[in-house]
Amino acid sequence: MEASAHDILLVGGGGAGLRAAIAAAEINPKLSIAVVSKVYPMRSHTVSAEGGAAGVAKPDDSLDEHAYDTISGGDWLSDQDAVEAFVKEAPQELLQLEHWGCPWNREPDGHIAVRAFGGMKKQRTWFAADKTGFHMLHTLFQTTLKYDPIVRYDEWFVTRLLVDDGRVQGVVAIELMSGKIQAIIAKAVILCTGGCGRVFPFTTNANIKNGDGMALALRAGAPLKDMEFVQYHPTGLPFTGILITEAARAEGGYMLNKDGYRYLQDYNLGRPEPKPVLRSMELGPRDRLSQAFVKEVQKGRTIETPHGHVVHLDLRHLGEKLINARLPFVRELCQKYQDIDPVKELIPVRPVVHYMMGGVSTDINGATPLAGLFAAGEVACVSINGANRLGSNSLPECLVFGARAGKAAAEYASMQKAPNGAVEAQALDEQRRLESSFLNKTDGKERIAFIRKEMQTTVEESAGIYREEESLSKGTGKLRELQERFKDIALDDHSHTFNTELESALELGFMLDVAESILQSALQRKESRGAHQRTDYPDRDDQHYLAHSVIKRRADGSLQVEYLPVTITRWPPGERVYGQQPVEQGHAKTGIGSV
Amino acid sequence: MADKITIEVARYSPERDEKPYFQTYKVPVHKEWVVLDALNHIKDTEDGTLTYRWSCRMGICGSCGMMVNGEPKLTCATFLSTYARFGEKIRVEPLRYFPIIRDLVTELGDFLAKLKKAQPWLIRTEEKPLAQGEYLQTPEELDRYKQFSMCINCTLCYAACPVVGLEPIFIGPAALALAQRYNLDSRDEGAAERTAHLAHPEGVWGCTFVGECTRVCPKHVDPAGAIQQYKLAAVLSWLKSFVTPRGQDI
Amino acid sequence: MATQSVSSTKRAPQYTLYHPRWYRPRVSVYWWAGEWHYLKFILRELSSVFVAICVIETLCLIRALNNGPESYANFLQTMRNPLLVILDIIAFFFVVFHAITWFNLAPSAMPVRLGGKRIPDVMVAAPSYLAWIVISALVIWLVLG
Repeated sequence: MEASAHDILLVGGGGAGLRAAIAAAEINPKLSIAVVSKVYPMRSHTVSAEGGAAGVAKPDDSLDEHAYDTISGGDWLSDQDAVEAFVKEAPQELLQLEHWGCPWNREPDGHIAVRAFGGMKKQRTWFAADKTGFHMLHTLFQTTLKYDPIVRYDEWFVTRLLVDDGRVQGVVAIELMSGKIQAIIAKAVILCTGGCGRVFPFTTNANIKNGDGMALALRAGAPLKDMEFVQYHPTGLPFTGILITEAARAEGGYMLNKDGYRYLQDYNLGRPEPKPVLRSMELGPRDRLSQAFVKEVQKGRTIETPHGHVVHLDLRHLGEKLINARLPFVRELCQKYQDIDPVKELIPVRPVVHYMMGGVSTDINGATPLAGLFAAGEVACVSINGANRLGSNSLPECLVFGARAGKAAAEYASMQKAPNGAVEAQALDEQRRLESSFLNKTDGKERIAFIRKEMQTTVEESAGIYREEESLSKGTGKLRELQERFKDIALDDHSHTFNTELESALELGFMLDVAESILQSALQRKESRGAHQRTDYPDRDDQHYLAHSVIKRRADGSLQVEYLPVTITRWPPGERVYGQQPVEQGHAKTGIGSV
Repeated sequence: MADKITIEVARYSPERDEKPYFQTYKVPVHKEWVVLDALNHIKDTEDGTLTYRWSCRMGICGSCGMMVNGEPKLTCATFLSTYARFGEKIRVEPLRYFPIIRDLVTELGDFLAKLKKAQPWLIRTEEKPLAQGEYLQTPEELDRYKQFSMCINCTLCYAACPVVGLEPIFIGPAALALAQRYNLDSRDEGAAERTAHLAHPEGVWGCTFVGECTRVCPKHVDPAGAIQQYKLAAVLSWLKSFVTPRGQDI
Repeated sequence: MATQSVSSTKRAPQYTLYHPRWYRPRVSVYWWAGEWHYLKFILRELSSVFVAICVIETLCLIRALNNGPESYANFLQTMRNPLLVILDIIAFFFVVFHAITWFNLAPSAMPVRLGGKRIPDVMVAAPSYLAWIVISALVIWLVLG
């Protein structure tokens, strides 16, 4: 079998992957860096992020406040040493992106403009119109074109990590264009494959978010952390699940129930004011807003539509000028996909799965317990987001931990000998598995789409916004059954050339593994914290559960959950309080300088 | 509106076929369905061999460009009802002027090489250290190039441009618009360097201002406008070079 | 249900494992005829020929005027030839088409910025149209009045 060799291999070419590649190339220009992505890098899901990226920028703001907002937003499950490093490096990373050409919005005097965002006490979210992720990803991608050491494997699908001698030595990947299956050897592998929203039926996530990296790590023996924490974003369009950015609420949008009432005031989120108040009402944290929606449904105060219950997002009072200046993409999406003009009409929205707080367990430098394996971005769980992520923390997370993982992997790779060829045998095994289980198999009875649909329905019923023991247990049982039925899958497409059906089958396999770990972790955590709400254990239990759930696969294939205490440095666990007095929202016109 | 619509899809598998042919399917019509939903329905329930690219389904990733009834479109933003209303058939083909790998999947390596030729990064003689903060840029300066920075690389403009079809060496609308985006960025100092490579028949001067690229662009980038502006700028800087000494920038 | 249309493969294609043959469709010589937008473009480009014809005719007119009343009378006689009249009528429509497309496209090639904002193309094209109408009216008045 053919094999190519590099020093560092990135799986995934989104925000975190490209940032890590650049970081590694800058640390040591002699390293050979491969970016292996199943889609072209500019198609990565980073591109769809809209709202913004948080980094302390104003003189009246401080790193401690950003850290506190993040930690309390995460319901104290965030590792505080990681958060402290994150808030310190975030402004530097965003500034570096500006130097690379990112078109951040500006104040009239030319300095970076920031805006308010959910859960943040001060205005610190940098933004590029309402297409921040798009501009960040394209800036990163265009910048990587400058670096010769970065070699791209576009549209190569990684099916397995190669592990030998206790360390990761590369991957097996299919070149989608030709169908060729090949080992790509590397001294260090960084997973940057993003989250797993497609495990759920209704999600903002693209088709490509199947938890590939999480499943690859789990199968290779690396642990996953905090898998039960799944974020529901409160405002997604019904049917498509397209995201209406939190920025719409940050600019002043109201959330109204059936009676035109700003219902969030009933849920300990403050008093309704005409202008947005930070950390209050519509600018509260996402988990609380989504939970409020479920309660409104139970009270019968939501609007029924053919695509489920919705509430309304009201932007009419913002005026056409502001909407065109600050929220043009939101207007375009509403008009196109909902046939509604937000300037004049109410937008129907409902909670939609958006982000995965959990993921591959890494330390503060992106290293997993498995030697040679690193992870960064949504696929990783460091953890800075804890039990609930604040909006605009994810894009700087990709940059900060992408850069850290890139540097750490570069240093690790510089100290390693070239991997031995023993893994090539594993690669041949993988090729045989793919051929016998999928490509050459003709006698299966199951169809990919039907198993996938059943998986999604099961996961939504068992691990939705509110969970309880019985449905979680039933769900895990159903998933076991689906894993068995998955072995009996038959493909229509047996060709080699660009076989997207094979790709879907492999992705479904990854998703089933990830779904199992979500349900198992949720079943074991007998408390309610952040995005994980148990109706049978409605309170937070710091005594037993101020810890990350760490899930690993045993040799026999079953999953084992253990707990790892959260690192607390300066902020002892407290009450999450939202809806305080309105804070002065001045527009101090100064730059960043040193904070 | 009819409850079913006929879709003709171009098929091609290099392992079996010598050239593309059409296969017909019937798909239910829902008010909210786009062409992409129809293709997914076929692939999930009827024919798993149907091959195409897609990802975000909200018009921002640029994966799902295809020819729909002869027009380059993003299939995630093209509603079935537009065609079903008039009892039309829908014909889906891969984007024009690109080599076809399989079914509706085109080869994009050449396009990416062309993007790189535009040198789409900030070129500066001296980098400002991070500790000194950001490069100042007023909202007016941002507005000058903002429109050209909206390109999602969907390549619909390449499928619309006859020059791309007739002269494959032409660098194309998206690449030139991207070059102009950086030329107009107040933080960039590399316009001369880029223009040295692009003021050629396969670059800017290959464009004959057909204007189709601008018409089909789903993000209103106006690449045709960018290219004509670039032509003007290239001519002016060429004239200036006779007056000013080498390397001087007035 | 899926139905297969005609698939004409007279011989099995050459396929080497893991080396798929990309299909490269040939662009027809008549690429411009199939689509209205392409046809409009070709007509626009063709209009430059008729603009050139008008310019040459004007130059001949000036030369004829320069050479005296007899030469001018001969020129007018030549121009009354039915074929030339038809050519002139066709040329007139093409020149108008040329002017309209030019005025509409010029603002995108030369965006006008005032006070930090770009002026909409329509407002940049309007003065050109106005000038055209005014000058044409002036010339017609001079010639006929």
